[in-house]
Amino acid sequence: MAISHDKSNEIPLPIPFKIHYFRAKDSLFRIILNFAIVKMIELKDISKLSIEINKIRADFPILSRKVNGKSLIYFDNGATTQKPKSVIDAIDNYYKNQNANIHRGVHTLSQEVTVAYENARATIQKHLNAKHAHEIIFTKGTTDSINIVASSFGKKFISKGDEVLISAMEHHSNILPWQQVCEEKGAILKVIPINENGELIISEYKRLLTDKTKIVAITHISNTLGTINNVEELIALAHVKNIPVLVDGAQAIPHMSVDVQLLSADFYVFSAHKVFGPTGVGILYGKEKWLNELPPYQVGGGTIKTVTFEKTEYADLPLKFEAGTPHIEGGIGLAAAIDYINEIGIKNIAAYEHELLVYATEAILKIEGVKIIGTAKEKASVISFVVEGLHPYDVGVLLDAQGVAVRTGHHCTQPLMNFYSIPGTIRASFAFYNTKEEIDQFILALNKSIQRLR
Amino acid sequence: MSIETVENEIIEEFALFEDNVFDKFGHLIDLGKSLEQMDPSLKTEDRLIKGCQANVWLYSEFKDGKIYFKADADADYAKGLVAMMIRVFTGHAPEEILNAPLEFIKKIGLDNMLSMKRTGGLESMIKQMKLDALAYKMKS
Repeated sequence: MAISHDKSNEIPLPIPFKIHYFRAKDSLFRIILNFAIVKMIELKDISKLSIEINKIRADFPILSRKVNGKSLIYFDNGATTQKPKSVIDAIDNYYKNQNANIHRGVHTLSQEVTVAYENARATIQKHLNAKHAHEIIFTKGTTDSINIVASSFGKKFISKGDEVLISAMEHHSNILPWQQVCEEKGAILKVIPINENGELIISEYKRLLTDKTKIVAITHISNTLGTINNVEELIALAHVKNIPVLVDGAQAIPHMSVDVQLLSADFYVFSAHKVFGPTGVGILYGKEKWLNELPPYQVGGGTIKTVTFEKTEYADLPLKFEAGTPHIEGGIGLAAAIDYINEIGIKNIAAYEHELLVYATEAILKIEGVKIIGTAKEKASVISFVVEGLHPYDVGVLLDAQGVAVRTGHHCTQPLMNFYSIPGTIRASFAFYNTKEEIDQFILALNKSIQRLR
Repeated sequence: MSIETVENEIIEEFALFEDNVFDKFGHLIDLGKSLEQMDPSLKTEDRLIKGCQANVWLYSEFKDGKIYFKADADADYAKGLVAMMIRVFTGHAPEEILNAPLEFIKKIGLDNMLSMKRTGGLESMIKQMKLDALAYKMKS
């Protein structure tokens, strides 16, 4: 953990510390001092966040609305997140002041909005620490991004008898595109198993990485279990055998800092709407060398250099993968969302959400008959659970009647439900605008629902 | 009792809970619990209304020009919904079932929840019941 990694929320060292720091000759003393400073800054940040929670909540207009006569408690952040005013304003401003088509016009508006859109791309590049802005492709979302890679990569690199490796905890959107490619090509879809806690079995993963494996597609954080996979290790293991890795970052981007170069991810995908941005837009990050190698997925306006009826020369990255007029205000809105979370600091967010997770886990386990599904050591702020003898759907309906929004069902991870032999779970997923008071209310509502159903 | 009379009865029952959605759902769940048990042999794959979240089995018989329904569900909430619909439809002629406007669904104040399409909710149950009615109407 180094201070310099904190891109967004740099706090200058207090002057006396600076002096002492540089005067300290003993290296051990330096290390201790350094550690103390880091800790001090962390503590300061966390307490700052807790203090400013009301200010943060005020940034999200929807959090003040009522549902079924009760104050909304929004614990369905894994499905989609709410939007801060700055994102809503960015979209509003786009249509009021900026609207024009990009990359085409000679006129001022078009030029201005092209700059705004490309600035948005740069914001995302910086956030992911991608090497080049043209490695950031705007898509419709995570599902779209995975489909693009599966289709284009499959077309060029997958043939009969090859293998594609995914994991048992993938969302349907990181299963189906690969299943389809495998069917088309006569390739085989292999699955990394998990243990009862919902963690990948690494020894099995190593065994499954073979000469036939063409690509690994794996989630960073499980939407159902909350498991945080050590993707850095998974990627390193695949790279030993020169196998590229796609990481589904849909659930990770809102909760942790992601450095695609540090991870050495070949592809990293996510959706804007899960990170406090607009729906209908997402990102495909790909290493330049891969994106250059892959054929375009869709073709049309904007993807070309020259077209004759005989032959088309495709545009360079990123336009090669961005056919048609894009979701312009979506890209701009996403950049506003990224700016917003960086203002709070992604590390502060992670620390605060972890506090919420621990608090809620303790409280929920006190309820008789409740079992948490997904008990990995490294977990994001997601609690999936079942209540003995009750259908998750019934619990979800009664929670909603009390103003608590959770998700129930299989969460688009049916194979995972089969693994645990359950029809579904109730899932509470937290964001940094949630509070311990809300968790208290949720526990009360949950107890009331269970009593009514028993 | 006509379909309309039963509908009015249900409207009055739910009105007792005023705006308390929790109690309204509680009542719905109680309706489900009072549903006559369905013979497990009737719970066949072809009588399954498969929803995204809850499974509902619906069986019907045609006797003396009238349709009688039986049902079960794996979630109490879905069971309540189907119990409510059985109360409205069972013992009525196909024609009556096909023409029922079902205004009561809006009036009991649960239409937001009841209209959920992906949940194997009310809509698919009503559709199946009306399809059964249509089939019996064609036969008779």
